[in-house]
Amino acid sequence: MTMIFGIPLPALLGQLLIGFINGSFYALLSLGLAVIFGLLRVINFAHGAQYMLGAFAAYLLLVHTGLGFWPALIVAPLVVGAISAIIERTMLSRLYDLDHLYGLLFTFGLALIIEGTFRWYFGAAGQPYAGPALLAGGTNLGFMFLPNYRGFVVVASIVICLTVWLLIEKTRLGAYLRAATENPQLVQAFGVNVPLLLTLTYALGAGLAGLAGVLAAPIYQVSPLMGSNLIIIVFAVVVVGGMGSIGGAIVTGYVLGILEGLTKVFYPEASNIVVFVIMAVVLMLRPAGLFGKEI
Amino acid sequence: MAEVNGGEPLLKVRGLDGWYGESHVLHGVSLDLMEGETITLVGRNGAGKTSTLRAIMNLLPRREGEIHIDGRDMMKVPVHRTAHSGIGYVPEERGIFASLSVSENLMLPPKVAEGGMSVEEIFELFPNLAERRNSPGTKLSGGEQQMLAIARILRTGVRIILLDEPTEGLAPVIIQRIGDVLIELKKKGMTLLLVEQNFRFARKVADRFYLMEDGHILESFPTSQLDAKMGRLHEVVGV
Repeated sequence: MTMIFGIPLPALLGQLLIGFINGSFYALLSLGLAVIFGLLRVINFAHGAQYMLGAFAAYLLLVHTGLGFWPALIVAPLVVGAISAIIERTMLSRLYDLDHLYGLLFTFGLALIIEGTFRWYFGAAGQPYAGPALLAGGTNLGFMFLPNYRGFVVVASIVICLTVWLLIEKTRLGAYLRAATENPQLVQAFGVNVPLLLTLTYALGAGLAGLAGVLAAPIYQVSPLMGSNLIIIVFAVVVVGGMGSIGGAIVTGYVLGILEGLTKVFYPEASNIVVFVIMAVVLMLRPAGLFGKEI
Repeated sequence: MAEVNGGEPLLKVRGLDGWYGESHVLHGVSLDLMEGETITLVGRNGAGKTSTLRAIMNLLPRREGEIHIDGRDMMKVPVHRTAHSGIGYVPEERGIFASLSVSENLMLPPKVAEGGMSVEEIFELFPNLAERRNSPGTKLSGGEQQMLAIARILRTGVRIILLDEPTEGLAPVIIQRIGDVLIELKKKGMTLLLVEQNFRFARKVADRFYLMEDGHILESFPTSQLDAKMGRLHEVVGV
């Protein structure tokens, strides 16, 4: 058997792939956080709860209406986006003139309320959620057996991340977003409805979290605390990538997922902390993050 | 002075007061801007010139008084609808967006009316912007940034442009160029409200002057009286 640094090649490649799958979720979630932070300057602590809401929306759609994975992939993010738009309009938008800490505290409280409510109603245990029949089974890659669904998650997350990146970097709407990030008052004076732009941005970021939640449901089960477990790592990803950097959030998500996977091979004891060690090192050397600008 | 549209100003400001928090920066400012006319606000730093422009654009935290554009009451119009009454703003700091390319900056302000210049016409007027259309906005020189700040407003079809110190910090040859552009715009019937410290520049384009001090309008006079008023201007403006 081929060995690399004393590790069997199949084990190495297997962990690389698992890291890539985890990285797909890190990238999707940190992308949403970065989009929201970039324009609203809100550190969205409700992001994990919105991810969980996406998974539960898919689960409840299946249980109550019989709608399966594919419709849920569209409907659940829209539901999460719409709920989040209402929250932004009625509550979060009132905090923009205050210190940014209030936005953080508000979304943190919101996450506790949402997660607490779901925990009270559904209990802490996970609910199984069946993936799409179309993607059942797996493919033998030679070095490992890849469940088709997980392969789909990797591809889907790359497509989604690229689409959002193109939306922000290459379209007129994205130019409004970038300009409003720099100088919202002037963009508004030009006749752009910036408050509406803020609402849409928050809905987009939250909708991305909801979409990640649907994608995660067949892999990780649906549980009220699924988001709070993940979100801490995702915050570390955003800090490493640089707050507000869209491309940085995406790239860092994948890279850290893969590094975490590799750590599982070479030094499993450190795999739970490697992301945070990297974060600490990056903060010491480049406080604005790898791709961030000083703000 | 340019033709007067039935005697009613295109932009009419009456008894305008403005505040930044506790600080009361405008006191009963009144001015008229006729269609096709160019007026210039002069006064020393802190006299309230920029605040007057910002109040007209509804960018002050608090304002009271009357503002009419083409007879329409602007006091209840939200910030993002103000431009749609046909008014464009070129701020003192120019407001070129660093994360946008030159052509993205140019295309940013939405069209608010028909009759704006096409991108081709704009690039004809500002050839150096055409050459640099793909560079980031802030890689431009100060003069090019100023031209871009003016150019992007010309696309939108506005009838009134508020320009805050367009010549500040620029080389004489660039100031000359901007002066030519403004005269060109005047010929096309554009209505301009200028804040300017540079009298030599302002007298070439302005029809009338308003003299401001401590948030008040002291007086208004046509450009023909500028020479006669120079002593008074030096006293108030201190240049």
